[in-house]
Amino acid sequence: MLKVRNLSLAFGDLVLADQLSFTLEAGKTHVIIGPNGTGKSSLLKVLFGDIKPQSGEVLFDSEHLDYRNLNPWRQRFGYMPQDIRLDIGLTVLEVVLLGQLNALSLKLADSLIEKALKALDQIGLLHLAQRDVRTLSGGQCQMILFAQALMRNPKILMLDEPVSALDLHFQQVMLDHLDQQTHQQHWVSVMILHDLNLAAQYADNLLVLKGGKLLAEGAPAEVLSADLVEEVYGVKAELAYDQQGIPFVRTPRRRLMQQSVSLAS
Amino acid sequence: MSSSTLSETLHQQRQQESRRGLILIGLSAILLSSFVMDIATGPSLLGISDVVNVLLKLLGLPVEVSGTAEVIVTNLRLPIALMALIVGGVLGVGGAEMQTLLNNPMASPYTLGMAAAAGFGAALMLYVGSLGFNAEFAVPIGAFVCCMLSAGLLFGLAMMRHITSGQLILAGIALLFLFQSLLSLVQFVSSPELSQQILFWLFGSLTKATWLNVGITAGVTLVCMLLLMRDAWKLTALRLGEERAKSLGVNVAQLRLKTLILVAVMTATVTSFVGIIGFIGIVAPNIARMLVGEDQRYFLPLSFLVGAFLLSSASVLSKSLVPGALFPIGIVTAIIGVPFFFWMIIGKRAH
Repeated sequence: MLKVRNLSLAFGDLVLADQLSFTLEAGKTHVIIGPNGTGKSSLLKVLFGDIKPQSGEVLFDSEHLDYRNLNPWRQRFGYMPQDIRLDIGLTVLEVVLLGQLNALSLKLADSLIEKALKALDQIGLLHLAQRDVRTLSGGQCQMILFAQALMRNPKILMLDEPVSALDLHFQQVMLDHLDQQTHQQHWVSVMILHDLNLAAQYADNLLVLKGGKLLAEGAPAEVLSADLVEEVYGVKAELAYDQQGIPFVRTPRRRLMQQSVSLAS
Repeated sequence: MSSSTLSETLHQQRQQESRRGLILIGLSAILLSSFVMDIATGPSLLGISDVVNVLLKLLGLPVEVSGTAEVIVTNLRLPIALMALIVGGVLGVGGAEMQTLLNNPMASPYTLGMAAAAGFGAALMLYVGSLGFNAEFAVPIGAFVCCMLSAGLLFGLAMMRHITSGQLILAGIALLFLFQSLLSLVQFVSSPELSQQILFWLFGSLTKATWLNVGITAGVTLVCMLLLMRDAWKLTALRLGEERAKSLGVNVAQLRLKTLILVAVMTATVTSFVGIIGFIGIVAPNIARMLVGEDQRYFLPLSFLVGAFLLSSASVLSKSLVPGALFPIGIVTAIIGVPFFFWMIIGKRAH
């Protein structure tokens, strides 16, 4: 269980967290949504101990985050930052292997390599193992980095926009895998998403963040509403519900009036 | 997917590892031959077989050798040839690790001002007449101190939070200009004779090698190399980007500082004994990267071997360009370094 109490964070005038408190239970997928620039990625960095907030506490079970001794804290995290560029002369297998950095030695044991290969196999990318990562597409890089994060045997898995470059097939492969492992391994999984429909599908707990405040929290079906979408994004959306009561959000196309497209002149 | 594909891929990985091991062994063999060539060339030509025999005898094998050959090799040529290997290797590794730390293929101790600082330190010592100490040691010590001083400024920056590698490179280049100006200043106020002396120091020369300073550099290099190799995987992870390295559990600030110190100590040591030799620090790691990629278990030792080979063969060249004359090796390395550099850039574009 990852707990945040009275967290406040601001960069100058920009308030990213204002007395924020929430609890992320283990065995559940927590999805954070919110407008651009509202501090979602910064929040993950606070949880990871990379940004020190002005005030507030972060706890895992009953252990406090100690900034003087970050290594044991970070050891339990699998964290996939937003950036997916891989510009390095390594093979896919080598990049995935780095996920278990602390176990690596000059002579690699078969078991370590096999574990990395299995992680690749599980997401259907074993055939890429020997490829130079500089020849991969953005989506392939993203999947490889996901495999790397899985290799860390995390207790807490944090994914910052993990599907931003993925096609429909790999979105499903990644999120289904995440869903299954979170429940089986009892992970605290935290993920930032922009696609509200994916968020509604995969979130056990949806956190809506704006202006440093938690606007709403709970099951997607209870949290998501047309009013909320308008409050958070300033967008008029239509919501419909499928048979399981999971909402899906559609934003109708607007035709901008003539005078507002005169940028070119 | 079946387990046979899995074990097949494992097998492929093992094959690739042995391929890289073979590249290391192959380069060691090439290096050994240029080392022997380096010993054989000089004012009095020795046969390759003479050189090999003396070397075998030094290794304790019962071989018949002529007295003169033995004296020339052990007293004159061997320290210089060994120094070429060590210095070249250190410059290669220094460049490799700077490029790793700063995520930039153009970084090296030279481009970050460490060599210029050493030059300034040496020139200053020559200018003040070694402060009355023995010049043979006072000048290297002056060079070492200034080199570490400029590296210290970089350490200070590297330890600050939110300093990006791009800003570190800019700071290094600024230091390069600063120490070059200071060096010019010393030369400007010096007498023509002294200025000449400074210039010769700056050219870089292996002829200052003695068994004592070969021993010192070899010791320092060995220790630093072992410490770097221990962090091989962390350094590989660092090349994924600082944020990602952190996410994998690397203490980035600590690793960056530790590596900077090791590289600075090695570079300062070799530069203070042989003067300024450029380009190997940039070129050697780039060749190594093309050959084995960036798994530091192979990349690090190969950068050493390539650097050692480049300087060793430059040493042969500097002695044989004009028979009887010895070109300063610092000049030769830059002259072969530049065309190579262009070839590399153009070759990369064509890729």
